[in-house]
Amino acid sequence: MNFISPEFAPAYSEIFMLVMVCVVMLADLSAGGNRRYVAYLLTQITLMGCGLLTFLSFTTEASQTFSGMFVDDALADILKLMVYGTVSAVLIYSHAYISDRGLLRGEFFSLILFATLGMMVMISASHFLTLYIGLELLSLSLYALVALRRDSIMATEAAMKFFVLGALASGFLLYGMSLIYGATGTLHVSQLAQIIQSEASSKEVLVVGLVFVVAGIGFKLSAAPFHMWAPDVYEGAPTAVTLFIGSAPKLAAFGFVMRLLVEGLGEMVADWQGMLIILAVMSMAVGNIAAIAQSNIKRMLAYSTISHMGFLLLGFISADSNGYSSALFYVIAYVLMTLGTFAMIMLLCRSGFEAENISDFKGLNKRNSWYAFIALVLMLSLAGIPPMIGFYAKLAVLQAVVNAGYIWLAVAAVLFSLIGAFYYLRIIKMMYFDEPETDEPILPNNDVKILLSANGLAVLALGIFPQALMGFSLYAIQNSM
Amino acid sequence: MSFEFPLLSLIIWLPIIFGIAVFATGNDRNAQLARSIALTGSILGILVAIPLYTSFDSSLATMQFVENHVWFERFNVNYHLGVDGISMPLILLNCFITPLVIVAGWQVIKTRVSQYMGAFLVMSGIVNGVFSSLDAILFYVFWEASLIPMFLIIGIWGGPNRVYAAIKFFLYTLLGSLLMLIAFIYLYQTSGGSFSIQDYHQLAIPMTPQILIFVAFLLAFAVKVPMWPVHTWLPDAHVEAPTGGSVVLAAILLKLGGYGFLRFSMPIAPDASHYLADMMILLSLVAVVYIGLIALMQADMKKLIAYSSVAHMGFVTLGFFLLNAYGIEGAMVQMISHGFISGAMFLCVGVLYDRLHSRQIADYGGVVNKMPTFAAFFMLFAMANAGLPGTSGFVGEFMVIMGTIKINFWYAFLAATTLIFGAAYTLWMYKRVIFGAVASPAVEELQDISKREFVLLAILAISVLWIGIYPFPLTEVMHATVDQLLAHVSISKL
Repeated sequence: MNFISPEFAPAYSEIFMLVMVCVVMLADLSAGGNRRYVAYLLTQITLMGCGLLTFLSFTTEASQTFSGMFVDDALADILKLMVYGTVSAVLIYSHAYISDRGLLRGEFFSLILFATLGMMVMISASHFLTLYIGLELLSLSLYALVALRRDSIMATEAAMKFFVLGALASGFLLYGMSLIYGATGTLHVSQLAQIIQSEASSKEVLVVGLVFVVAGIGFKLSAAPFHMWAPDVYEGAPTAVTLFIGSAPKLAAFGFVMRLLVEGLGEMVADWQGMLIILAVMSMAVGNIAAIAQSNIKRMLAYSTISHMGFLLLGFISADSNGYSSALFYVIAYVLMTLGTFAMIMLLCRSGFEAENISDFKGLNKRNSWYAFIALVLMLSLAGIPPMIGFYAKLAVLQAVVNAGYIWLAVAAVLFSLIGAFYYLRIIKMMYFDEPETDEPILPNNDVKILLSANGLAVLALGIFPQALMGFSLYAIQNSM
Repeated sequence: MSFEFPLLSLIIWLPIIFGIAVFATGNDRNAQLARSIALTGSILGILVAIPLYTSFDSSLATMQFVENHVWFERFNVNYHLGVDGISMPLILLNCFITPLVIVAGWQVIKTRVSQYMGAFLVMSGIVNGVFSSLDAILFYVFWEASLIPMFLIIGIWGGPNRVYAAIKFFLYTLLGSLLMLIAFIYLYQTSGGSFSIQDYHQLAIPMTPQILIFVAFLLAFAVKVPMWPVHTWLPDAHVEAPTGGSVVLAAILLKLGGYGFLRFSMPIAPDASHYLADMMILLSLVAVVYIGLIALMQADMKKLIAYSSVAHMGFVTLGFFLLNAYGIEGAMVQMISHGFISGAMFLCVGVLYDRLHSRQIADYGGVVNKMPTFAAFFMLFAMANAGLPGTSGFVGEFMVIMGTIKINFWYAFLAATTLIFGAAYTLWMYKRVIFGAVASPAVEELQDISKREFVLLAILAISVLWIGIYPFPLTEVMHATVDQLLAHVSISKL
């Protein structure tokens, strides 16, 4: 029996990441004491290095390796580059916050990097087991990150809920995958499509398996009715971790849905379409209506995420490259807005003070009109008001939905987003119409200042010139299908 | 006529750039600088708009000053601008009102001056964008963006109940416009991937979709006009808004709805327009008669003028859906004239409010004894609001009534009651506020209008009289466009 070494080249960035995670852990151990900056810098360097590796190996040709379990194509490279950028921004935004709260430890960075590695594997998976491994690596890191503040009851409770429900979801997913394996005899994404097409498998078993898979996806995307964990986790986790959970994993989740439903089970579109419609409508309804009642900003944003995930799922319903590219555009826009919004919350935190309530935004315009303006842009963008990028994201998705012939769904979506506009307006109201409760100056570090300003202006500028990002999304989808 | 210079872009972006410059002056230490930049910007805004009138060829019904560039290819959206005889007067009206609003807020606004002045300039540019967009998405972007500055103006500088009014204003308008967006997307699909409004005009659409499209547009525009029964946001917004906000709201933002009917509803869904014309006429008559009666009962001056605006805008929608030349041209004149008159009326109330900090009619009385010049101006505008011949208010209403009588005598009869109700509520309010004995020590101490206020009111008075006596320059530019529109609407698209 001779051993054939697999082609490693498509997975260079993953391998580099894995090596560097160990380096970060060791370096942090030996650095110790007050030199936590080392771990932070090394993490940023790792992300940059990965970015470079992915960028240099960028190709529109798909290359498979590890017996076809791992694929490197245009979509994977583009999503990964975005993940690196997002994680890097997360670290810049959260640096001051975590060091104020004594969380600036090596664990934070290595867990974030492990989670990133999980996302990369998910994005590049072309086999159900690889997908599952990536997902679990991501999820386990996230559970630990949520519990990072171990003396906080809220955080521990959130981590517990997250873990139990997450494990349940993973169980669903595995069970669904095993049923699909039973029906088709393969777990390879590409073979799966062929076998289903040839109708050599039992349709009933496949559909049952599909139901479980979609339920698992629903959990991971926090789409209603599988959304229960999201508000508690968003609220209980330290804001820096919430920022991480709310941003980069959504990109990975997009990749996950693409690999699983579109590439693997694309032949069963008629079956999953209906399920996604139900998930989407319920998410938009639950998310937008429940968000109105929240007084905690992180809970409110959790419900807002739920509604946005509903909108994202709408993009998949049309089941063509137009729809998928709209969904990709939506998720990129969403990540950009989420980054800015949570960064804004952390901006309002000081050592010894957690900005948790919507009322902490009161009078921001008087305290600092520039950050109030950035927050205004972000809120209007989340509400989908032009000329912010959030509007074009909604436009793209709605266009795909109408194109697929579901006008009623588009009408329902805009009505729910009208309800959604209310709670974003309420934050604008707090910032602009109310008097501040404190005169505490807002003094971010320079890197946060620049990045946050750039982030807010990008939301506006990409709205005024949306072609680049729209064309880019279309390019990514068309070159990977 | 070829006019290579991107005039419309200049008219849109110049105020916005000045608005950003005003924002950049920062806090209230630089208030005077902010005011000066704002005034310069708004006056330049008028100056650059002058060539729009002088170089406009009123014999043509086509779009003029056209600019067309690709904006984003993904959905074939273009930066496509152009004006015709319908939009050109409205742009001029908007450019004209902006400096007046800036001047009106000169001393009154003392906090966050730069944000106030900047918001008005930005809004002015955005509204010019709405009137000159020939691409549905460009139009929609400007249309929605115009909500943001107004929302902030009402919410930051408004009265005690401003938060409620601001959010009601925003959500009401958003509801209508979101359905319009769906209609645009539907038209994009049926037209095979175009967002050009002129393509939509030529697109054949079966009856049922036409009616649905018409209804979607109706919701967007009826809220904005506002038509009965979706007018309830307007009195709230007007009462709470600062004077400048009320002026822009009444003079400009309501016209967006009227403009929408002419640019979208009627040419895109002509068969539905004919089919539903009677319903539209009835809704308009309800606004004219019933809202006129409501206005009679108001104790708050701003609320009274707000209801009177609804009634007058009822005349505009009435004129449109008569679908004859008198009706549409009369309605257009009415829109412009209402821009001047309602703006002037709100300024007059603002003058009183700045002095006494009350809008209640009951708190006033005998103002003429202390403010004779003001009383004279207020008299002129009150008469114009009541539709007195010789003022601009008469021309539009008369033309619309003429148009109505061709359709149905009883419609005309009901429409003409506005001359009675309008006179009743306006003049009765005028009598209670201005005449009589001096009502209170506060009124006793009133000072007559300052030079600044005099100039403002005088400019508006001249405009009102000018259109009242010699409306020809206004009607002339719209003839060709209105004729072409009517010809277009009379052809079935089924």
